[in-house]
Amino acid sequence: MQKLFLKLMALVMVLSLSGCGYNQFQSLDEESKASWSEVLNQYQRRADLVPNLVATVKGYAAHEEKVLTEVAEARSKVGSMQVTPEVLNDPEAFSKFQAAQGQLTSALSRLMAVAENYPNLKADQGFRDLQAQLEGTENRVTVARNRYIESVKAYNVTVRSFPNNLTAMMFGYKAKPNFTVENEKAISTAPKVEFGDK
Amino acid sequence: MAQFKHGLVKALLLCSTLFLASHAVAALQPIPPLESAVTDLTHTLSTQEQQALATKLSTFSTEKGSQIAVLIVSTTQPEDIAQYSIRVAETWKIGRDKQDDGVIIVVAKDDRKMRVEVGYGLEGAIPDLTAKRIVSEVMSPHFKQGDFYGGLDAATNTIMRLTLGEALPAPERKTTAENDWFHLLPMIMFGVIVTGMILRAIFGTFIGSTLNAGLIGIVVWVLGAALFAVALSSFAAFIFTLMMGSRGINGYGHYPGGYGGGSGGGFGGGDVFTGGGGDFGGGGASGDW
Repeated sequence: MQKLFLKLMALVMVLSLSGCGYNQFQSLDEESKASWSEVLNQYQRRADLVPNLVATVKGYAAHEEKVLTEVAEARSKVGSMQVTPEVLNDPEAFSKFQAAQGQLTSALSRLMAVAENYPNLKADQGFRDLQAQLEGTENRVTVARNRYIESVKAYNVTVRSFPNNLTAMMFGYKAKPNFTVENEKAISTAPKVEFGDK
Repeated sequence: MAQFKHGLVKALLLCSTLFLASHAVAALQPIPPLESAVTDLTHTLSTQEQQALATKLSTFSTEKGSQIAVLIVSTTQPEDIAQYSIRVAETWKIGRDKQDDGVIIVVAKDDRKMRVEVGYGLEGAIPDLTAKRIVSEVMSPHFKQGDFYGGLDAATNTIMRLTLGEALPAPERKTTAENDWFHLLPMIMFGVIVTGMILRAIFGTFIGSTLNAGLIGIVVWVLGAALFAVALSSFAAFIFTLMMGSRGINGYGHYPGGYGGGSGGGFGGGDVFTGGGGDFGGGGASGDW
């Protein structure tokens, strides 16, 4: 009798592994990792555009040193950052990564704003091509980020809701950090364009 | 205890309020259903122009497999046109499932903005630069003169030409597979009745119906129907077998209606333009006029 009871218990426990979301964690975890790779992919693509862009702008507006060095610095900071998959489970490293990318975003948007003051630069076909590519890449970054946010949301909701949270606790699945809007705010406020003393 | 109860009620109230609040989403522009390759919410195009463009695009879709859709709205506010158009892309799923070869042209008339949204599979054939040129050199000059049809016609021609440059598989001849089992439909119907009667006699109403449904599902599947059609026909078989006895001979009267309704959804209407499950990643370009 007791043996039968134990067998039944074992069966119930195995079944509850899938019932309590263990398998769900696996697929959602994988999904969020995949969308994270896409985010990195697009950020990398953007970083690759920067040297060309800086070179082209330099050709027409060499004395805009401040903005140009700012972009170059932000670019090198992003480039030197080690992005391992562990970043995903480390909120501190994640926010550092986010800050570095945000810095590049705002430096780039300042550069593009400055470029508005140089008609010759704006007319340059090479610059216009780079501008279109940068726009496209920024848009892809946004899409990739949004998809990452969605996938992490799905994962976190699963990990935190009852009774999955018990399973999550047992197997050490933690909620993942997500993108915040903090630096988004800084990005979306349009940079000031200075006219006059040019 | 009373305090606990009180707390519980409070918690429940809070929960339900939060639930309601979370469902009150910020008012974004709605996405129209995909009914034709050309959706014009502003009635900018004349009926003939809309028809001509839609025919051209759906012919292209059936012949080459890649899909192009056009959407004209008055505004995309409060969203940026890029944000709106990626939502459209995610809803419509233009392009084939694995090829992701869809393109959507969104025009926001009152915002004076347009965007060419390019699916993953065509990012090679239509890189952002090319999309930008389509926007600024093909569409914009026409739009500036108020010639929306001319701009869209020229832009879709350019996109079609570019798409042909990408080595993509020819459209699947899925009609043959579906026709195969579609021709066998009367036989299948007959089978449903016979096996249904036998199975019900042996196993009783409910189990017999379930078995019959499974059987029909397998038969339809083997004949090469899409999974959706399999599910529908097996469901229809289940319902039919269940009703067969309870309504006596009258059950036959319900049969064609029930079955036809079920399988009709699987095929989709003949010339309705539907997305094939293509994915978009935000490629393409925006512009204004």
